[in-house]
Amino acid sequence: MAKLILSMDGLILKEITLSKERTTIGRKPHNDIQIDNLAVSGEHAVIVTILQDSFLEDLGSTNGTVVNGQPVKKHFLQNNDIIELGKYKLKYVNEAPAAQAKAADFERTMVLRPGAVKAAASAAAPAAAPAAAAAGGAKSFGDTVVNQGTTTAPGPAAKTTAQRNAALQLLSGPNAGKELDLTKPLTTLGKPGVQVAVITRRPQGFFITHVEGASFPVVNGKPIDAQAHSLNDHDVIELAGVKMEFFFKT
Amino acid sequence: MTLSGALEIASCTDPGMVRSHNEDSIASDGDKDLAVLADGMGGYNAGEVASGMATTMIITELQQLLEKKVPYETDARSGQAIAHQLLREQIAKANTSIYQASQSQPQYAGMGTTLVVALFYDNKMTVAHIGDSRLYRLRGDQFRQVTRDHSLLQEQIDSGVITLQQAKQSQNKNLVTRALGIDPIVEAEIHDYDTQPGDIYLLCSDGLCDMVSDDDIGLALQTLSSNLKLCAQHLVQTANDNGGRDNVSVILVRVLRGYPAPRGMIGRMMGWFR
Repeated sequence: MAKLILSMDGLILKEITLSKERTTIGRKPHNDIQIDNLAVSGEHAVIVTILQDSFLEDLGSTNGTVVNGQPVKKHFLQNNDIIELGKYKLKYVNEAPAAQAKAADFERTMVLRPGAVKAAASAAAPAAAPAAAAAGGAKSFGDTVVNQGTTTAPGPAAKTTAQRNAALQLLSGPNAGKELDLTKPLTTLGKPGVQVAVITRRPQGFFITHVEGASFPVVNGKPIDAQAHSLNDHDVIELAGVKMEFFFKT
Repeated sequence: MTLSGALEIASCTDPGMVRSHNEDSIASDGDKDLAVLADGMGGYNAGEVASGMATTMIITELQQLLEKKVPYETDARSGQAIAHQLLREQIAKANTSIYQASQSQPQYAGMGTTLVVALFYDNKMTVAHIGDSRLYRLRGDQFRQVTRDHSLLQEQIDSGVITLQQAKQSQNKNLVTRALGIDPIVEAEIHDYDTQPGDIYLLCSDGLCDMVSDDDIGLALQTLSSNLKLCAQHLVQTANDNGGRDNVSVILVRVLRGYPAPRGMIGRMMGWFR
């Protein structure tokens, strides 16, 4: 569950859990979070919490409400947002689901019926604690190979490959010498109706796959099969009579 | 009545990178021009029981009923289009079965499923949906979402509480306001749409649209439209590359040509001999 950390001059004063649907902030004593300071209006702002999401709304305060340095009227709070009221700071902490609990628990679709809001919220809260310990387990589970045996799961090492840019240089045909940057997740090559292949940009690198046509693309002199084929630096691809070289950009 | 090859259908389903079970269920029939996709929920194996019941019941019942009934006619008694009536009745039937199973078997307690069904006839398509499984359409280079989720997030967007941009950051993504098999009665949202040759329709579970942006889905449909099977696999693969936190299922339907209903005496006679 999300919480607020109240501090002044770097000194932490209080931690408040956002357990209510409406949490009011102001100078007057009836507020849920009372801040006794003249810069704060009697009824300054309110935080409306709907299950996992919280919204901050300024209630027409004299000095206004500032979030991350920007004055706001209404704001959808994100993890680590800093709300400023005069000299006081309120930090909004709502850990991302991946860190808080095993992803599987969070992504699980649930039905929401009138009156079920409270039940769903309280059900989610206890689940978070034991699942946090399992979060590490979920990560290693993701390393298993799932798809068709040709793919490997994205690991930290593979991620760096994805950031690398690659391009194709045409070696023959009327446009010989031209370079084609592979920036999109999908780049199609060839002539529609004759022979088409696609290069997919994935976290693991770049892959070429046959899309249509009777003949398959040729990589380094060998025709590829129906499966995706991983591309290495300086591979030569032949497609619809045109030769091109694949290379990584530095 | 068959549309004899007016549609091309390809599908793919995968448990994703995190889950061990696949609680999604898909079914399609190229002869009867039907596609059904369900995303089950509920503990242990109950989710896949619910989604499996929904797709199997709806597709087999509709296959039988479409042998006798003509979807584009209107029912003389109720004045409803037959297609709507068929879908509504079969969804209600599936709802009752799942609900009763969940009430009578303790291991199935609380199970339910989302649903999206597309029935093609007479240059048209009738779509029924419940929950957050979606139907998208690619026409020319326009890619857009056809169905509107029955979810908390969609309600918040509609009422202006949050914007579409903010919705991407919301942590309340997985709450649906309607599902099959949870209550004794459920109302499906049913609409008709005109189809055109060249259209590609995508039915998918939230495992795809939560992991892959609409732009990337649209791009995949456009670039890989000549190979639907590969396109379906690519979409599932992209969802898995992005984390694959949920089960991913897609059904792609391409309209190859027009399929007007045979009308008038001669048309109907032709229809019999086909």
